[in-house]
Amino acid sequence: MTEGPSTRRAPRTLERVVVRFAGDSGDGMQLTGSEFTKAAAAAGNDISTFPDFPAEIRAPAGSLAGVSGFQLHFASSEIYTPGDAPDVLVAMNPAALRTNLRDLVDGGILIVNTGTFTPPNLKKAGYDKDPLADAALGQRYQLHRVDISKLVNAALDGTDLTSKEKGRCKNFFALGLMFWAYSRDPESEISQIRGKFGKDERLADANVKAFKAGYHYGETAEMFQDVVRVEPAQFAPGTYRNITGNEALALGLVTGAHLAAKPLFYSGYPITPASSVLHYLSNYKNYGVTTFQAEDEIAGIGAAIGAAYGGALAVTASSGPGISLKAEGMALAAMTELPLVIVSIQRGGPSTGLPTKTEQADLLQSLFGRNGECPLPVISCYSPADAFEAAVLACRIAVKYVTPVILLSDGFLANGAEPWRLPDVDAMEPFHVTHRTSPEGYNVYARDPRTLAREWVVPGTAGLEHRIGGLEKDALTGAVSYDPQNHETMVKTRAEHVERVAQECGPLDLFGDDEGDVLVVGWGGTFGALRQATARLRDQGKRVSHAHMRWLHPFNPRLEPVLRRFKHILVAELNMGQLLLVLRAKFLVPAIGLNKIQGQPFKVAEVMEAVQKLLGEERRRAPSQSGDISTQERAVQ
Amino acid sequence: MKSGPVKLSKKDFASDQDVRWCPGCGDYAILATVQKLLADVGIARENTVFVSGIGCSSRFPYYMNTYGFHSIHGRAPAIATGLKVARPDLSVWVITGDGDGLSIGGNHLLHALRRNVDLNIILFNNQIYGLTKGQYSPTSIVGTKAPSTPVGSLDYPVQPLQVALGAGATFVARCIDVDAPGLGDVLARAQAHKGAAFVEVLQNCPVFNDGVWDPVTEKGTAEGRQIRLKQGEPLLYDGGKRGVRIRPDLTAEVVMVGDGEGQVPLAEIARHDEKGSPAYAFLLSQLLYPEMPIPLGVLHAVDKTPYDQLVAQQNAEVTAKRGTGDLKKLLHSGMTWKVS
Repeated sequence: MTEGPSTRRAPRTLERVVVRFAGDSGDGMQLTGSEFTKAAAAAGNDISTFPDFPAEIRAPAGSLAGVSGFQLHFASSEIYTPGDAPDVLVAMNPAALRTNLRDLVDGGILIVNTGTFTPPNLKKAGYDKDPLADAALGQRYQLHRVDISKLVNAALDGTDLTSKEKGRCKNFFALGLMFWAYSRDPESEISQIRGKFGKDERLADANVKAFKAGYHYGETAEMFQDVVRVEPAQFAPGTYRNITGNEALALGLVTGAHLAAKPLFYSGYPITPASSVLHYLSNYKNYGVTTFQAEDEIAGIGAAIGAAYGGALAVTASSGPGISLKAEGMALAAMTELPLVIVSIQRGGPSTGLPTKTEQADLLQSLFGRNGECPLPVISCYSPADAFEAAVLACRIAVKYVTPVILLSDGFLANGAEPWRLPDVDAMEPFHVTHRTSPEGYNVYARDPRTLAREWVVPGTAGLEHRIGGLEKDALTGAVSYDPQNHETMVKTRAEHVERVAQECGPLDLFGDDEGDVLVVGWGGTFGALRQATARLRDQGKRVSHAHMRWLHPFNPRLEPVLRRFKHILVAELNMGQLLLVLRAKFLVPAIGLNKIQGQPFKVAEVMEAVQKLLGEERRRAPSQSGDISTQERAVQ
Repeated sequence: MKSGPVKLSKKDFASDQDVRWCPGCGDYAILATVQKLLADVGIARENTVFVSGIGCSSRFPYYMNTYGFHSIHGRAPAIATGLKVARPDLSVWVITGDGDGLSIGGNHLLHALRRNVDLNIILFNNQIYGLTKGQYSPTSIVGTKAPSTPVGSLDYPVQPLQVALGAGATFVARCIDVDAPGLGDVLARAQAHKGAAFVEVLQNCPVFNDGVWDPVTEKGTAEGRQIRLKQGEPLLYDGGKRGVRIRPDLTAEVVMVGDGEGQVPLAEIARHDEKGSPAYAFLLSQLLYPEMPIPLGVLHAVDKTPYDQLVAQQNAEVTAKRGTGDLKKLLHSGMTWKVS
């Protein structure tokens, strides 16, 4: 690039911007979004992303069902969410405009690829007439009409690309335009593109041309009154990288195995949104990782159980219906008390449900979805980067307590990204896993007095040959036992063994005071929205705190006293009130729920509004005991 | 495979648990043969693991003084696959039955066989669900009267050997529970085979399906109803009087063997070849009583690198190429930036 940033007017500085790219599934919006994310991260902004795409790989072009979006929030201050509503919307076709416009803030920037606003495309999007012809659109938003299709064709004129191939470069034009608008360094992106298309120079050239065309267009067409700059955020010192939840989870598992000094055995069956964990791990074979793509979900956990029995750190992952299929295997692992990590990356349900959308509706399945009395430790990830910590923790609990552990993530965390401060692996405490080798006085179900863990004896150890299995066993010797009293002892011992894991809970993640008017309680991927909403409410002087639960079973022992020190407990979940049910049952507290079941994360504003409603009600009348709030209700009002 | 330092006897492979199968069950004979075999081949107890599913046969691991895992219905091949891939040094056996292996666990059996995981899979076929009190199984003949089919079962049975061959199994054999020498020989071969070895054992359930195999196993008549397969030898039975000839349309026919009137010369009788085509092995598997004599012994045995070995090789190759992974480098890979 010959023109440097020096030719620009001085950029206007903003603290935060939310940008959404929306287009056809085939338009490359996910790539555009992640490239723009990298640039924001490289510029030192705090970031949070929300890719939102359909389950179909290529829904019919131009259809509403085929719209794919990628939202990026970047800021010079700490942020927790991908943003409630975009300040900038890039709509690559009429369907994208139709499905996304309602989210754009009033006065927001709307960039539309007019080249796709043809009668057939308008019809596919359900428009009777061209929405761009409506003057109100330009009054409500800062509308920029750009015929990206035509401009890209012109930029690629004279190349030997087919018109289809030219069409595929449109997204890089849009990216170039946004690079101009947000003062990003174009040179680094050009080298990124060259790296990405490495072998195919023809395509690399074409995409670079389209990218440059977009960048120059922004400059020469003077389409924005001023370009914007978002200053670097203040981060704690360290080395950072941008990471998605599933990649962080995969790295956490590798690290867990490293700390356990064990080979990692990962088996799974392809399912959205868990598959990419398998993809990542299958690239880490030189890190002592063995991956196994099983014939089905049942074999996925079966093979992991076999590997755990053999002495590996074994992990299986799935989502929704796949976790249902693993239930029988989980109960076997619980009965035989083998260390195993089961990752449940929740998605919209029931049944096939919403495979690419997020939900937290599999909590009760994790807690109770097995036959018999079969509690297991259940922990959750807070954010994409936190999936690393949570995965390491799951591995540690599994080997220390010799038990299966369920690790909950969700589609929002799996695909969303944020900056991750890289941990110092050398400073992490190893797990010190031991296997008994002495036959002297060995009993299969003899337990460590503190953890109640039985010993993890692996085949190949002479003199310790023994049999395990799904039948009830004698509480000491492990021989098959149908004795009534022994069964009760074993059921209670297994439950107590899992309860002992509470020793590992540490401090409660409580933000704000430990008493007040409203305690917002959440778990999992809603962390960002709940924390941000609570922070804003506290800035307004409200007596609101937020407790986020890493431990869904056993509960952190420090939770209950805190629950009792608030006038209202608002349990915010992306389900019908599953944690709420358990909290009410366990602690007999008058908690109420904030529930959303739309396949979408909470908006900060929704949480704030729910809390404000509670505080307002308090002023007017006595607190409601059962007035659960749904975001649906709010939307209708 | 490491060998035990001390020569063990059959008794050393018996666990301290009371065997709880019904009196007269064919499983006793199989257990005794397996215990003897392991003592004879000198595998260390600690390096041997029996994995089973659910059913009468699946209680087997409790009676072996080795490592054992009595798992869940149908899933033993999956669990054994994970174990063998994680621990290729172990000798891993799968004990299953006609219901466990071919009904609820059919999928896992199929995939363990097609992957050629180095497992020894013994399927006890008694054509009935014993542990659940006598329902017909996927190998029961049409018309089987059972508690769930009081006027006779309607569905066509599956042939275990055909399933195994169809899945691409590299070792396929059939034996009779009480034929200790025959069973012992085949299991020794299965144990030595590198890859998935599938052995169907015709096993008698004296309680719910007594005598179901008698027509082909009873002394006196067996001679005329069984072909004992021997590598390179003609498919003869009935004291050599009868044999099996393969027609040009790839079907089998029973012929009288000899040089006389109406007899077929020995040269025309098919010769057994374990390493022959899958089509030949499949043809053998279609020889069913009463139309045909049933083949016993090793139908098919070919060499193919087992899955567990391929996994280990690939892991080693990648490690050799990229070097042993440095976790710190992995975490720091991709685009990183420093904040001071």
